[in-house]
Amino acid sequence: MKVVLQHLTKIFPSRNKKDKSAEVVAVNDFNLEIPDGKLIGLLGPSGCGKSTTLYMISGLQAPSNGKIFFGDDDVTALAPENRGIGLVFQNYALYPHMTVQQNILFPLQNLKGENRLSKEEMLTRAYEVAKLVQIDEYMDRKPSELSGGQQQRVAIARALVKMPRVLLLDEPLSNLDARLRLQTREEIRRIQRDTQITTIFVTHDQEEAMSISDFIVVMKLGVIMQTGKPQWVYDDPANLFVAKFLGTPPINVFTGSVRGGALYIGEEEVLSVPGVEDQDVYVGVRPEGFLLDENGGLSCAISGIDVMGRDVSVVSTNANSLNPVVRSIISADEMGKISGESVKFNLKPHKVFLFNKETEQRVYFGEQMAAHEAMVAQMAEEGQNYVTHEGPLPREADDAAKEEVSVPVKKGFLAKIKEKFKKPKDEQPETAEETPESAEEPSESVEEPQAESAKENAPEGEQTDKEG
Amino acid sequence: MNKKKNQWKAWLYLLPALVVLGVFTVWPIINTLRMGFLEGYNSAGERLGQPFSFGFANFTSVIGYSEFTTCLGNTLLLTVVTVPISTMLALLIAVALNSIKPLKKFFQTIFFLPYVTNSIAIGMVFMAMFSMIGVMPGREPMSIGIINTIIEAFGGTRIDWVNQTSGWGANFFVLVVFIVWNALPFKILVLLGGLQNVDKQYYDAAKVDGASRWRIFWRVTVPLLSPMIAYVVITGFIGGFKEYNSIIGIFGDTMGPNTQQGKWNTMVGYIIQNVSGFQGRASAAAIILFAIIFAVTLINLYVSKKKVHY
Repeated sequence: MKVVLQHLTKIFPSRNKKDKSAEVVAVNDFNLEIPDGKLIGLLGPSGCGKSTTLYMISGLQAPSNGKIFFGDDDVTALAPENRGIGLVFQNYALYPHMTVQQNILFPLQNLKGENRLSKEEMLTRAYEVAKLVQIDEYMDRKPSELSGGQQQRVAIARALVKMPRVLLLDEPLSNLDARLRLQTREEIRRIQRDTQITTIFVTHDQEEAMSISDFIVVMKLGVIMQTGKPQWVYDDPANLFVAKFLGTPPINVFTGSVRGGALYIGEEEVLSVPGVEDQDVYVGVRPEGFLLDENGGLSCAISGIDVMGRDVSVVSTNANSLNPVVRSIISADEMGKISGESVKFNLKPHKVFLFNKETEQRVYFGEQMAAHEAMVAQMAEEGQNYVTHEGPLPREADDAAKEEVSVPVKKGFLAKIKEKFKKPKDEQPETAEETPESAEEPSESVEEPQAESAKENAPEGEQTDKEG
Repeated sequence: MNKKKNQWKAWLYLLPALVVLGVFTVWPIINTLRMGFLEGYNSAGERLGQPFSFGFANFTSVIGYSEFTTCLGNTLLLTVVTVPISTMLALLIAVALNSIKPLKKFFQTIFFLPYVTNSIAIGMVFMAMFSMIGVMPGREPMSIGIINTIIEAFGGTRIDWVNQTSGWGANFFVLVVFIVWNALPFKILVLLGGLQNVDKQYYDAAKVDGASRWRIFWRVTVPLLSPMIAYVVITGFIGGFKEYNSIIGIFGDTMGPNTQQGKWNTMVGYIIQNVSGFQGRASAAAIILFAIIFAVTLINLYVSKKKVHY
């Protein structure tokens, strides 16, 4: 089932209804077409609106604006149970008092009218699904008697048993340990391939998303940053955020500039970038984009070498690097070339991404543009639309400012009394300092100085929290 | 050494509580057992040096009294009827309270009022609402109570709820209403607390799975709340067997309509009436009451072990 999201927007009103500025726009004008039968990863840091998007698709949250289509049906106004979706919750939400079998049967038993199956049919269906997720041996157990991975599979079985048109998974692997995560990830992939159900899953783990998705949607602050096949997004990030978010170890970012068709990091010319106008840029270099070369343009001071078997990771520092260290991965055979305390690199052009310093948008150079266009063309051929964020990127700073405003400073009754009794004691030093401060900034909220004094006085602050 | 010192300190801190418990709880229990098993025991006799032999005479005589069997019957009946009703009502009200947002605090306060009000005072208010004042043959009573006023306003005929001519059914109805209403707040509080602890995701999951509200209530809410329900039922039974305040509140110390004294007396009422002259009998009744509560609680625990999902 093809899923189309049009101008999907979710705004959470502020607690204080009059204060419009404290509204949170969780998802902002989200446009996406998800092809039938694919496994899609919604990927982004926490708070980027990916779960909200998922819940809007499920129907548990109503969008503030925009439309959702399953195939040609507009399901925006439909209740969750009428959408034909299966939803797997982050902590599975298996009913603890029911056995595995009862849990899986539950959605079937809710069917009414002509859709209602006979008891035998229900059981057959439940066993079929249980077999699919390989949980059929444990049908009589309670969820608490199963491991995390098994619970996860029961949750998937429960979502699949009513044959949903769309399967939604909310952080399906975050509650599992590393080994199980790897295993379950493959399992989800296999189940999705077997059933061919359009599946959307949410994760903050880029590795997870990259490894199993047919294509990924990278989000930031409610806005799509880029869509595409994982490898494409990795190889051709549209902006600095996407470049930084994908890849382990993370991409190395330097400040640099383009002058006369050459790229400079600091005063060192590191790469020729034909066809790029002079401008200040961020230079992203994937760890595997470095080549050891005595005559290389980029010189770094070595601070350590991690040997990881096949590869060697050279940890070094550079004054123009935005990351604390520059991490480069080279073949173990080349280790012999490293000597002394500094190292020189040449850069592989297709592993270097330039971003305009103002907009943080990608600046293509050399053959990169052609490769990018080829990729977009191929996406179009496969029926996917290439979506990136145009214009300036949403800034974290906006959010930080919002948070500062919305932090409620409530004063407990006890703390107030304590303060009253305390004041005479340390009146002279404290008030002397505080008064001029609050006089200087009259625009700040009146509660501000109270918050400060609460912070200064740790035990008082704790009590305040408890009472609130 | 340090540990020993601390232990000594711990006992010292516990001492006040231990003394109070010992004097007002442990010793009375022991004394009750002693008095219950001394045949024909009374404190006046003991002071005069009258000897009492050990035996079961108190129990056999108590069980033989029709007064006592009435009390036992009343207690059992009121408990068995009111506990299920109040539990069901409390569950429904708690679920309703949990699902509304506006006025939630307001309704919570209203439902919680009986808990902070003296139950005898409430009983007297109930009496005022139900009873008729100044009933004389051939004359209109001075007041027929607000309930009867309402009944007549809707065209019904007045009922003698709690006065001289009142019947068993009318009395029983008033008592059940009063006891249930009085028992609600605590139960609502406990169940509401339990409901607020239930993970919201279960409801989201049930919604996605297309469960109707009724099914969500029975298949999700009730099982997840079952520990709380068990607690409320067990304490409800214990409280029910100790019913006394409601009767005295509504009927006064006649424990029944004026002309039918002791008609609604309960176990605790019987014990209190006997405690001043016939301590042996009172103790025997108290021990029987304890045995009943103990047995019922055991049954409750047994059943809940099978039905409750912790």
